[in-house]
Amino acid sequence: MAIAHEFEYIKPSCLADAIEALARNPGKATVLAGGTDLVGWIKEDFITPETVIDIKGLSQLREITLDGDTLRIGALVTFNQLIESQLVIQRIPLLWESATVVACKPVRNRATLVGNLCSGIPCCDSGPPLLAYGATIVVDGPNGTRKIAAKDWFLGPRRTARSAAEIVTAVEVPVSGPESAGCYIKLGRYRGEDLAQVSVGVLATKLGFRVAFGAVGSTPLLAPKIEAVLGVPDSLNEAKIREAQELVEEEISPITDVRATLEYRMHMAKIMLKRGVETAAKRLSGRCPAYGTRLI
Amino acid sequence: MKRSIEITLNGEKRAVEVEPNDTLLEVLREKMGAKGPKVGCDRGDCGTCNVLLDGMSVRSCLILAIETDGSEIVSIEGLCPDGPGPLQDVFVKNNAFQCGFCAPGITVSAMELLNNNPEPTREDVVEAISGNLCRCTGYTPIIDSILEVSKKEKSR
Repeated sequence: MAIAHEFEYIKPSCLADAIEALARNPGKATVLAGGTDLVGWIKEDFITPETVIDIKGLSQLREITLDGDTLRIGALVTFNQLIESQLVIQRIPLLWESATVVACKPVRNRATLVGNLCSGIPCCDSGPPLLAYGATIVVDGPNGTRKIAAKDWFLGPRRTARSAAEIVTAVEVPVSGPESAGCYIKLGRYRGEDLAQVSVGVLATKLGFRVAFGAVGSTPLLAPKIEAVLGVPDSLNEAKIREAQELVEEEISPITDVRATLEYRMHMAKIMLKRGVETAAKRLSGRCPAYGTRLI
Repeated sequence: MKRSIEITLNGEKRAVEVEPNDTLLEVLREKMGAKGPKVGCDRGDCGTCNVLLDGMSVRSCLILAIETDGSEIVSIEGLCPDGPGPLQDVFVKNNAFQCGFCAPGITVSAMELLNNNPEPTREDVVEAISGNLCRCTGYTPIIDSILEVSKKEKSR
């Protein structure tokens, strides 16, 4: 029950102090925001930090702001803040829909979008939507600020492009493109705390589809071959969807684990792709089902 | 290294000495005498350790006590300081729980829902308690009770 591992806890009041604290002890210090992954990992001795740097004192990271063509989500924004944000609902509803199925209310009250990205778990619910939107992850470190495209962010299970001396400060989502509609579908063993067995995020604009999967590879992944055969929503038909479903086996590489078998994941990914694509196309043309409707 | 933090627990401001690696759940139970939040899975899955932190339900097993310095915490003890409230009365009437281990966590989740949404739909109730595991009842009497008390409160 108790955490056996001992560590020092600090709570800096400005970003510069946080970066300095992280740089002082590279690889041995870890950043704490919501803690819903981190505290569990420390309990299990999966990570053994010497210093835990709580960034909840950095109030400028709490905001969701629209700055021109970019929607910026700070590192302390929780999933429930995302769900309650009118900006998120109206401008990036695909991310909104994915936030509604993350764990459960008490976890979403605490867990942050950025923490979900930093944990880098292949089934993370924010991966597919942010890949589909072409989001950018903003990191700060001793060498200044750098921006990393979502497609370059995930390197493997629990491995990301962030270096040990860097802190993610925000996620930026472009909102300047043509009108879009999305659909996120998550398959779990039960509703509530469970992680995805398969997830799919589809973004549709009049120019075409973006399709991303979660929990069916070593990272969340885009499916460019599927996007190519789907073409544009206006000319979507059954034949194209069937062709896209056949390509699923080329695009994803699921494994068998405690949550599902490889075969089940492969089968469900095809079904979820069809529903996701059809729903995103319907939503783009202003028809139901409403965002948040359970599709599986 | 021990540090003194200040928590307002169930309306009473209290100082408590904690280690950085003490979880909030441990401190509530072992150092502050609040035995309502239970140790279930101790990894964030079951919801029986839920408390309200600054008005929002959280998993106390996934929070370091030291993070909550200066916060207000309400556990099940603080939700019914004068004995069972209307929600608990309906739970009892409907025999909504059997072993009762999940009851403190479910009551916290239900109270958060009713505080923010006095007229929830069945879907709202299911979503609100989706992070609470009950291994006895199949949930139906619990969901029915939360809906029943919301209708009763409305008709007052």
